[in-house]
Amino acid sequence: MAVDKFPVEYSHILMFARSVGDDNKIYSDEEYAKTTEPGSVIAPPTFVQSSAQFDPDYFLRPKVGQPWFGSGKEPTGLKGDSGFGGGGGGGGLHAEQHYEYHRHPKPGDVLTATVKPGKTWEKEGKRSGKLVFTESITEYRDQNGELVVTARGVGVRTERPVDQ
Amino acid sequence: MALKASELNVGDTYKEQLVEDLKRTQIVQYAGASGDYNPLHTDEIFTTKVAGYPSVFAHGMLTMGMTGKMVTNYVGDGRLTKYGVRFTNQVWPGDTLEATATVESIEDEGNGKLVNLAISTTNQDGVEVVKGYAQARVD
Repeated sequence: MAVDKFPVEYSHILMFARSVGDDNKIYSDEEYAKTTEPGSVIAPPTFVQSSAQFDPDYFLRPKVGQPWFGSGKEPTGLKGDSGFGGGGGGGGLHAEQHYEYHRHPKPGDVLTATVKPGKTWEKEGKRSGKLVFTESITEYRDQNGELVVTARGVGVRTERPVDQ
Repeated sequence: MALKASELNVGDTYKEQLVEDLKRTQIVQYAGASGDYNPLHTDEIFTTKVAGYPSVFAHGMLTMGMTGKMVTNYVGDGRLTKYGVRFTNQVWPGDTLEATATVESIEDEGNGKLVNLAISTTNQDGVEVVKGYAQARVD
Protein backbone atom coordinates (compact mmCIF):
# COMPACT_ATOMS: atom_id res chain seq x y z
CA MET A 1 0.00 0.00 0.00
CA ALA A 2 1.21 3.49 -0.77
CA VAL A 3 1.70 5.64 2.32
CA ASP A 4 2.77 9.29 2.37
CA LYS A 5 3.89 9.39 5.99
CA PHE A 6 4.68 6.38 8.18
CA PRO A 7 6.21 7.69 11.42
CA VAL A 8 8.13 4.89 13.13
CA GLU A 9 7.39 5.11 16.85
CA TYR A 10 8.67 3.31 19.91
CA SER A 11 5.24 2.44 21.33
CA HIS A 12 4.11 0.98 18.00
CA ILE A 13 7.28 -1.16 17.84
CA LEU A 14 6.62 -2.29 21.43
CA MET A 15 3.05 -3.35 20.59
CA PHE A 16 4.07 -4.99 17.34
CA ALA A 17 6.84 -7.01 18.99
CA ARG A 18 4.42 -8.13 21.71
CA SER A 19 1.90 -9.25 19.11
CA VAL A 20 4.42 -11.60 17.48
CA GLY A 21 5.54 -12.85 20.89
CA ASP A 22 9.03 -11.35 20.57
CA ASP A 23 10.33 -10.45 24.04
CA ASN A 24 13.74 -9.19 22.85
CA LYS A 25 14.28 -6.11 25.01
CA ILE A 26 15.66 -4.15 22.05
CA TYR A 27 11.99 -3.56 21.16
CA SER A 28 10.75 -2.62 24.62
CA ASP A 29 13.57 -1.10 26.69
CA GLU A 30 15.22 2.04 25.34
CA GLU A 31 18.04 1.92 27.92
CA TYR A 32 18.84 -1.69 27.12
CA ALA A 33 18.67 -0.94 23.39
CA LYS A 34 21.50 1.60 23.80
CA THR A 35 23.79 -1.26 24.86
CA THR A 36 23.09 -3.35 21.71
CA GLU A 37 25.00 -3.26 18.44
CA PRO A 38 22.37 -1.09 16.68
CA GLY A 39 22.54 1.29 19.67
CA SER A 40 18.82 2.06 19.76
CA VAL A 41 15.40 0.50 19.53
CA ILE A 42 14.93 -0.87 16.00
CA ALA A 43 11.91 -2.29 14.24
CA PRO A 44 11.38 -6.06 14.15
CA PRO A 45 11.87 -7.64 10.68
CA THR A 46 8.23 -7.56 9.57
CA PHE A 47 7.27 -4.25 11.19
CA VAL A 48 6.89 -2.27 7.96
CA GLN A 49 3.75 -4.32 7.28
CA SER A 50 2.08 -2.12 9.90
CA SER A 51 2.37 0.86 7.53
CA ALA A 52 -1.26 -0.19 6.85
CA GLN A 53 -2.07 1.89 9.95
CA PHE A 54 -1.03 5.01 8.05
CA ASP A 55 -2.87 4.30 4.79
CA PRO A 56 -6.07 6.34 5.14
CA ASP A 57 -7.87 4.11 2.63
CA TYR A 58 -6.61 0.72 3.81
CA PHE A 59 -9.39 -1.68 2.80
CA LEU A 60 -8.90 -4.09 5.72
CA ARG A 61 -9.83 -1.50 8.36
CA PRO A 62 -13.46 -0.61 9.14
CA LYS A 63 -14.23 3.03 8.39
CA VAL A 64 -16.86 5.33 9.88
CA GLY A 65 -20.04 5.42 7.84
CA GLN A 66 -18.97 2.71 5.40
CA PRO A 67 -20.17 -0.90 5.12
CA TRP A 68 -17.84 -3.50 6.62
CA PHE A 69 -17.77 -7.08 5.43
CA GLY A 70 -17.27 -8.59 8.89
CA SER A 71 -20.14 -9.60 11.18
CA GLY A 72 -22.38 -7.38 13.27
CA LYS A 73 -26.06 -8.12 13.59
CA GLU A 74 -25.61 -10.32 10.50
CA PRO A 75 -22.65 -12.57 9.60
CA THR A 76 -21.57 -9.94 7.05
CA GLY A 77 -22.28 -6.25 6.79
CA LEU A 78 -22.39 -6.40 3.00
CA LYS A 79 -25.60 -6.87 1.06
CA GLY A 80 -25.94 -9.09 -2.00
CA ASP A 81 -22.82 -10.18 -3.84
CA SER A 82 -20.14 -9.42 -1.30
CA GLY A 83 -17.32 -10.87 -3.30
CA PHE A 84 -17.30 -13.66 -0.75
CA GLY A 85 -20.30 -15.45 -2.25
CA GLY A 86 -20.44 -17.22 -5.59
CA GLY A 87 -17.85 -19.91 -5.73
CA GLY A 88 -17.90 -20.36 -1.98
CA GLY A 89 -15.90 -17.38 -0.97
CA GLY A 90 -12.24 -18.06 -1.45
CA GLY A 91 -11.31 -14.42 -1.26
CA GLY A 92 -7.75 -13.14 -1.05
CA LEU A 93 -4.89 -14.71 0.88
CA HIS A 94 -1.26 -13.80 1.35
CA ALA A 95 0.98 -16.20 -0.58
CA GLU A 96 4.50 -14.82 -0.18
CA GLN A 97 6.35 -11.95 1.45
CA HIS A 98 9.96 -10.93 0.90
CA TYR A 99 12.02 -8.18 2.53
CA GLU A 100 15.38 -6.69 1.71
CA TYR A 101 16.81 -4.53 4.49
CA HIS A 102 19.09 -1.68 3.45
CA ARG A 103 19.00 -0.70 7.13
CA HIS A 104 16.57 -1.34 9.98
CA PRO A 105 13.98 1.37 10.70
CA LYS A 106 14.10 2.98 14.14
CA PRO A 107 11.95 5.38 16.17
CA GLY A 108 12.18 8.87 14.72
CA ASP A 109 12.25 7.70 11.12
CA VAL A 110 9.44 8.99 8.95
CA LEU A 111 9.03 6.59 6.07
CA THR A 112 7.14 6.82 2.82
CA ALA A 113 5.95 3.76 0.93
CA THR A 114 5.56 3.66 -2.82
CA VAL A 115 4.11 0.66 -4.61
CA LYS A 116 4.92 -0.71 -8.03
CA PRO A 117 2.82 -3.50 -9.53
CA GLY A 118 4.68 -6.71 -10.30
CA LYS A 119 3.82 -9.83 -12.26
CA THR A 120 0.46 -11.62 -12.35
CA TRP A 121 0.18 -15.36 -12.97
CA GLU A 122 -2.29 -18.24 -12.66
CA LYS A 123 -2.02 -21.78 -11.42
CA GLU A 124 -4.46 -24.67 -10.90
CA GLY A 125 -4.50 -25.55 -7.19
CA LYS A 126 -5.45 -28.99 -5.86
CA ARG A 127 -7.07 -27.65 -2.70
CA SER A 128 -8.70 -24.40 -3.81
CA GLY A 129 -9.39 -24.38 -7.58
CA LYS A 130 -7.87 -21.79 -9.86
CA LEU A 131 -5.33 -19.51 -8.18
CA VAL A 132 -4.55 -16.01 -9.41
CA PHE A 133 -1.30 -14.58 -8.02
CA THR A 134 -0.52 -10.85 -8.00
CA GLU A 135 2.82 -9.38 -7.01
CA SER A 136 3.58 -5.88 -5.75
CA ILE A 137 6.82 -4.20 -4.78
CA THR A 138 6.85 -1.61 -2.01
CA GLU A 139 9.79 0.70 -1.41
CA TYR A 140 10.09 2.23 2.04
CA ARG A 141 12.24 5.37 2.05
CA ASP A 142 13.27 7.54 4.98
CA GLN A 143 13.08 11.28 5.60
CA ASN A 144 16.27 11.73 3.54
CA GLY A 145 14.90 9.82 0.57
CA GLU A 146 17.17 6.85 1.29
CA LEU A 147 15.85 3.37 0.62
CA VAL A 148 15.36 1.54 3.95
CA VAL A 149 13.36 -1.61 3.13
CA THR A 150 12.24 -3.12 -0.17
CA ALA A 151 9.23 -5.40 0.22
CA ARG A 152 7.78 -7.78 -2.36
CA GLY A 153 4.40 -9.27 -1.59
CA VAL A 154 2.41 -11.88 -3.48
CA GLY A 155 -1.32 -12.17 -2.97
CA VAL A 156 -3.48 -14.99 -4.22
CA ARG A 157 -7.17 -15.13 -4.96
CA THR A 158 -8.61 -18.62 -4.75
CA GLU A 159 -11.67 -19.96 -6.56
CA ARG A 160 -13.00 -21.52 -3.33
CA PRO A 161 -11.86 -21.77 0.29
CA VAL A 162 -8.72 -23.85 0.73
CA ASP A 163 -9.66 -27.50 1.51
CA GLN A 164 -8.61 -28.58 4.99
CA MET B 1 25.51 -11.54 19.80
CA ALA B 2 26.36 -11.81 16.13
CA LEU B 3 27.39 -15.07 14.56
CA LYS B 4 31.00 -15.71 13.55
CA ALA B 5 31.62 -17.04 10.03
CA SER B 6 34.56 -19.08 11.33
CA GLU B 7 32.25 -20.96 13.69
CA LEU B 8 29.47 -21.67 11.17
CA ASN B 9 29.17 -24.84 9.10
CA VAL B 10 26.82 -25.62 6.25
CA GLY B 11 24.02 -27.73 7.72
CA ASP B 12 24.13 -26.15 11.20
CA THR B 13 20.63 -25.67 12.56
CA TYR B 14 18.99 -23.42 15.12
CA LYS B 15 15.44 -24.09 16.38
CA GLU B 16 12.93 -22.28 18.55
CA GLN B 17 9.37 -22.95 19.59
CA LEU B 18 7.43 -19.87 18.44
CA VAL B 19 4.11 -20.44 20.15
CA GLU B 20 2.33 -23.17 22.06
CA ASP B 21 -1.46 -23.44 21.62
CA LEU B 22 -1.89 -20.23 19.60
CA LYS B 23 -4.63 -18.13 21.14
CA ARG B 24 -7.27 -16.15 19.25
CA THR B 25 -6.33 -13.24 21.50
CA GLN B 26 -2.79 -13.22 20.07
CA ILE B 27 -4.27 -13.06 16.58
CA VAL B 28 -6.37 -10.08 17.76
CA GLN B 29 -3.19 -8.48 19.17
CA TYR B 30 -1.51 -8.87 15.79
CA ALA B 31 -4.52 -7.40 13.97
CA GLY B 32 -4.38 -4.36 16.25
CA ALA B 33 -0.63 -3.83 15.98
CA SER B 34 -0.35 -4.43 12.24
CA GLY B 35 -3.58 -2.72 11.24
CA ASP B 36 -4.76 -5.75 9.23
CA TYR B 37 -8.33 -6.18 10.47
CA ASN B 38 -9.39 -8.74 7.87
CA PRO B 39 -12.30 -10.51 9.65
CA LEU B 40 -10.93 -13.87 8.44
CA HIS B 41 -8.49 -13.62 11.34
CA THR B 42 -10.67 -12.43 14.20
CA ASP B 43 -14.36 -12.79 13.31
CA GLU B 44 -15.43 -16.41 13.81
CA ILE B 45 -19.01 -15.78 12.61
CA PHE B 46 -17.97 -14.16 9.33
CA THR B 47 -15.20 -16.69 8.71
CA THR B 48 -17.33 -19.80 9.28
CA LYS B 49 -20.69 -18.59 7.89
CA VAL B 50 -19.65 -16.33 5.02
CA ALA B 51 -16.10 -17.21 4.00
CA GLY B 52 -16.53 -20.97 4.50
CA TYR B 53 -13.53 -21.79 6.70
CA PRO B 54 -13.75 -24.02 9.81
CA SER B 55 -12.53 -21.19 12.08
CA VAL B 56 -10.58 -17.97 12.08
CA PHE B 57 -6.91 -18.42 11.19
CA ALA B 58 -3.70 -16.50 11.77
CA HIS B 59 -2.48 -13.79 9.45
CA GLY B 60 0.36 -15.21 7.34
CA MET B 61 2.29 -12.17 8.51
CA LEU B 62 1.81 -13.20 12.15
CA THR B 63 3.54 -16.50 11.40
CA MET B 64 6.24 -14.65 9.45
CA GLY B 65 6.63 -12.22 12.36
CA MET B 66 6.88 -15.02 14.93
CA THR B 67 9.37 -16.83 12.69
CA GLY B 68 11.35 -13.59 12.42
CA LYS B 69 11.88 -13.72 16.20
CA MET B 70 13.72 -17.02 15.80
CA VAL B 71 15.80 -15.56 12.95
CA THR B 72 16.86 -12.40 14.80
CA ASN B 73 17.53 -14.34 18.01
CA TYR B 74 19.93 -16.47 15.94
CA VAL B 75 21.68 -13.85 13.79
CA GLY B 76 21.64 -10.96 16.28
CA ASP B 77 20.05 -7.51 16.38
CA GLY B 78 20.20 -5.44 13.22
CA ARG B 79 22.10 -8.09 11.23
CA LEU B 80 19.35 -9.24 8.90
CA THR B 81 19.76 -8.24 5.22
CA LYS B 82 17.07 -10.39 3.58
CA TYR B 83 14.09 -12.36 4.82
CA GLY B 84 11.40 -13.93 2.66
CA VAL B 85 8.80 -16.65 2.98
CA ARG B 86 6.02 -18.52 1.23
CA PHE B 87 2.92 -19.32 3.27
CA THR B 88 2.47 -23.02 2.55
CA ASN B 89 -0.35 -23.88 4.96
CA GLN B 90 -2.73 -21.98 7.21
CA VAL B 91 -2.10 -21.57 10.94
CA TRP B 92 -5.08 -22.09 13.24
CA PRO B 93 -5.88 -21.22 16.85
CA GLY B 94 -4.48 -24.04 19.00
CA ASP B 95 -1.46 -24.63 16.77
CA THR B 96 1.99 -25.07 18.26
CA LEU B 97 4.76 -23.88 15.96
CA GLU B 98 8.47 -24.56 15.78
CA ALA B 99 10.85 -22.71 13.46
CA THR B 100 14.23 -23.87 12.19
CA ALA B 101 17.07 -22.03 10.46
CA THR B 102 19.62 -24.12 8.55
CA VAL B 103 22.93 -22.72 7.32
CA GLU B 104 23.04 -23.10 3.54
CA SER B 105 26.14 -21.07 2.63
CA ILE B 106 28.50 -18.36 3.76
CA GLU B 107 29.54 -15.73 1.22
CA ASP B 108 31.92 -12.77 1.08
CA GLU B 109 30.47 -9.33 0.67
CA GLY B 110 32.92 -6.45 0.44
CA ASN B 111 34.91 -6.54 3.66
CA GLY B 112 32.37 -8.68 5.46
CA LYS B 113 30.60 -11.98 5.29
CA LEU B 114 26.99 -13.04 4.91
CA VAL B 115 25.26 -16.22 5.97
CA ASN B 116 22.39 -17.64 3.90
CA LEU B 117 19.79 -19.56 5.88
CA ALA B 118 16.91 -21.81 4.89
CA ILE B 119 13.90 -21.15 7.11
CA SER B 120 11.10 -23.57 7.91
CA THR B 121 8.24 -23.35 10.38
CA THR B 122 6.15 -26.42 11.13
CA ASN B 123 3.07 -27.10 13.22
CA GLN B 124 2.39 -29.82 15.81
CA ASP B 125 1.62 -32.31 13.01
CA GLY B 126 4.94 -31.66 11.28
CA VAL B 127 3.20 -29.77 8.46
CA GLU B 128 5.27 -26.88 7.09
CA VAL B 129 3.38 -23.58 7.36
CA VAL B 130 6.17 -21.22 6.30
CA LYS B 131 9.10 -21.96 4.01
CA GLY B 132 11.67 -19.32 3.26
CA TYR B 133 15.15 -17.92 3.53
CA ALA B 134 17.09 -15.29 5.39
CA GLN B 135 20.44 -13.62 4.92
CA ALA B 136 22.44 -11.84 7.60
CA ARG B 137 25.78 -10.16 8.14
CA VAL B 138 28.15 -12.25 10.26
CA ASP B 139 31.49 -11.44 11.86
